[in-house]
Formats: sequence, structure tokens, C-alpha cells
Amino acid sequence: MSQLKKTSLNEAHRKLGGRMIDFGGWEMPVQYAAGTIEEHLAVRTAAGVFDVSHMGEIEIHGPQSLDLVQHVTTNDASKLSDGQAQYSALTYPEGTFVDDVLVHRFAADHYFLCVNASNTDKDFDWIRSHASVFDAEVANSSANYTQLAIQGPKALETLQPLVEVDLGAIKYYWFTRGQVDGVPAIIARTGYTGEDGFEIYFDPRESARIWNRILDAGKPIGILPCGLAARNTLRLEARMALYGNDIDDTTSVLEADLGWICKLNKGNFIGRDRLTGQKEKGVARKLVGFEVIDKGIARDHYPIFIDGREVGMVTSGSPAPFLKKNIGLAYLPIERTEIGTKFEVDVRGRRLAAQVVQTPFYKRSR
Amino acid sequence: MAAYPDNLHYTKDHEWIRVEGEIGTIGITDFAQEQLGDVVHVQLPRVGEKFEAHDTFGEVESVKTFSELYIPVSGEVAEINEALADAPELVNTNPYDAGWMIKIKISDPGEIDSLLSASEYEDFVESQKEE
Repeated sequence: MSQLKKTSLNEAHRKLGGRMIDFGGWEMPVQYAAGTIEEHLAVRTAAGVFDVSHMGEIEIHGPQSLDLVQHVTTNDASKLSDGQAQYSALTYPEGTFVDDVLVHRFAADHYFLCVNASNTDKDFDWIRSHASVFDAEVANSSANYTQLAIQGPKALETLQPLVEVDLGAIKYYWFTRGQVDGVPAIIARTGYTGEDGFEIYFDPRESARIWNRILDAGKPIGILPCGLAARNTLRLEARMALYGNDIDDTTSVLEADLGWICKLNKGNFIGRDRLTGQKEKGVARKLVGFEVIDKGIARDHYPIFIDGREVGMVTSGSPAPFLKKNIGLAYLPIERTEIGTKFEVDVRGRRLAAQVVQTPFYKRSR
Repeated sequence: MAAYPDNLHYTKDHEWIRVEGEIGTIGITDFAQEQLGDVVHVQLPRVGEKFEAHDTFGEVESVKTFSELYIPVSGEVAEINEALADAPELVNTNPYDAGWMIKIKISDPGEIDSLLSASEYEDFVESQKEE
């Protein structure tokens, strides 16, 4: 385990009973003492805090920053105002994913991308390889940031006493610069759980103190530190895609049913031709959400059958702790993607009935 | 509660068995439940089913993963823990008592001798952790 990268909170996780695993080369807590189900429920009903410092940060500076961002991503970054963020995709010419990313606009000449941990170097190299024709500098500033996610209906009231800015004034998918307990921070109203909440980025040297301050501030409402397992079940209930499972360099943005981040009329970008063709002709398969009808759990990579023929596989499958169902995501032939379509999942030799359902599986009440 | 009670016998597959006369009560160890994380389902055999030592007698599923259950010694299922159907978390909270899985009528008491003692099992777990 000596080769694994560690976040600045590694010691803090161990003190809290964090069970550490290898997650894409990072030693990260999969769960803490309370366990995945309690952590998941804490986020749905109160609040949870996640160390997501393994996530990468790539910054783009310069007069043509927007042009570069527009060239390498599918969503329309020209729609962003200063202090606004959007979900987007970095795509290959095939319209498949280099990565899925959050694009933040600080200023017309400064964009900040939050990217998946294991893709950071690849993304950085990819963006830089397309930057030469633009007057823009690309920097991998991942080591400069600790990233914490405070998520849940009581995230705001937990975090507010530690910051001077009015958190209620930050709209969903907007962010601001501020201070958390005196430490300069980027405070964004974003997340990967399907709940209200915040993601904060700040100097790693302050990690342990801020982490403990948040846990202390959240004690009265029952905040829990949450591991990767709860992060996964929460994002799955909210039907958020996971790179490496549901999306990768073999799946197109449209196949992933992410047409809403695919702005084909914004001007040219890498992958646009292929995606435009797919949009006109229609995709042959699509990512759908499903529920297992029979008793049993469909897990990642289990094969899917219709009329005895293998037609796909589960890309993410798990018990859903809040919904108390067994759910998953899978690519199915387009003619089999209608809500209510029944199919079978091969669960270690047993064929279990499942059906396509409406997603997100879970939607918070606002 | 001791992580590995002295009055039980253990296997390298992380099951335990408590022997009382000809009846053996079987479950999984504290180490096993910790590795699995939150248990959400336990698939158990029917009363009357017969197994040879090391046979698979069921399956335990957690949020994150699953594991087969291996019977420590040969025998016939005399009783299953019905409570686990509604409360599988007992395997996590109480692996050696309320979280038991099956009781069997042991067919060859001699097989018990081949199982690990608490201290032997603990050494085995420690050696696994070091890997």
C-alpha cells in the first residue's frame, strides 16, 4: 500500500475509524465507524462531510480561456457568468468521454475545472495538447487544494457559522470566494449526492483543522463523516454518472443520456461532428436506470438478458439505502429503453427480473 | 466483547461454530462482518438440507459486496435464524449472538478438531492484514 497517494486528511480518517482502500491509486476511506447505510441516511436527512481532495483541479488562465474551454468541452461555457459553474464533458473526436467535469468561471480569463481523481493527469495532458492555438495557459493545481463536500438538508446551517458570506445567497451551481474559519476558500453550492450542499476548496495545510471544525459544528444535527461507499450509493440514487462505470472512452455523451450538456449549436468543439451525427440518426443504445423486481442485488458488470440474448451489462448496481430498493444503471438497446421495459440480470447464475424505471431514482424536495 | 470469543471454533473462511452437544451454531466472525460492511441480505438454506464440510450453505450480501458462506463441519440444518430476514444488520451488530445464521446437527464430531481456536484464528487474521 506504500505507493498510494494520500490526502492531507489521511490521519484524520484513520482516527475516525475510516476503513482505507485503494481508490484509483489514492488511499481513501470507503466508510467510517457508523457504516455506509448510516452515512448515506445522514446525508439524506441531516448532513455528511466527505474528503474529496483526491479530485483534480485544472485551471485555465488567459485572454482565450473561454475559447479553449469551449473547444474541449460539450456544454456551452459562454453561458456562464463570473461565479457560476456547469456540469460538462471533455470529449474525444468520437464523442466519447475523456472525463466528466465541473467547469467554474472565475472571470473571462480564468476558468477552474474540477475533474475525476484518476483522470487528472490524462485530462491535463489532453487539454494542454489542444491549448497551443489559444492564448491560454493550462495548469494542474490539484496539489493546491483540499476539497471537502458538505452535503445534506442541514449542510447550510452546519457550515454557516464558520463562514462570513451568506450561504443562502449562493444559488445552486454558483460559487464565491470567501473564508471558512478564517481560511480563504472557494465555496460552491455543488455536490454529487442529490442533496443541497457545498463543496469547498482551500489550502491543504489547513485541512485537519477545518475538517474538525465542520464535524464539531455539525455535531448537534448529527453530521457524519462519509466514505466512498456512501458517496457511490448517494450519487447512484440521484442518477449521477460515475466515470469508469457508467461513462468512459467507449460511451458517447448522448448514449449516456446527457444530451442536456451537449450544446451542438454553440460552435465547433471536439466530438461535435460525431455527436451531431448521433443526434440526427439516433443512438443505438442508451444508459437507463432500473430496479430489480426479484429479490437480489444486481452489481457492477453483471450481464443483462432480453429474450435469452445478452444485450448489455450493469454499469452501476447497488442496494439503495434510502429508497430501500435494489437499483442500477445499464446500457440497453434503444428499442428496449422505454420506462417499464422488463429484462433479466444474471446475478451469479440466477436470472432476476428487472425493469427500466424513471430517473433520478431519488429527487429531493425543494 | 472479545473480537474472537474463546468458546468458539473458527475457519480460515471466517466462519465460527459453537458446539453444544450434537448441535453446532454457525455464523461469521467480527473480522468478516467488518470487511463486508453493512449487511443487507443473508441467503440461508432450508431446514433439513445436508452439507459436507466446506460446502457453500448460503450467501451474505452487503451494500458494497457479497460473500459465500462455507460450512465449518458436515451436518444437517436443524434451524435457521429467521430474524435475519428482517434484520440482516444483526450480523454486523452482534455477529456471535443474535447474528448467528444456522444451527446444524453435526454428523462427524471429529471434524471439530481440525478447526482453529480463537488464538489461532486471531493469528491468521493478523497475518492476512499484514499482506
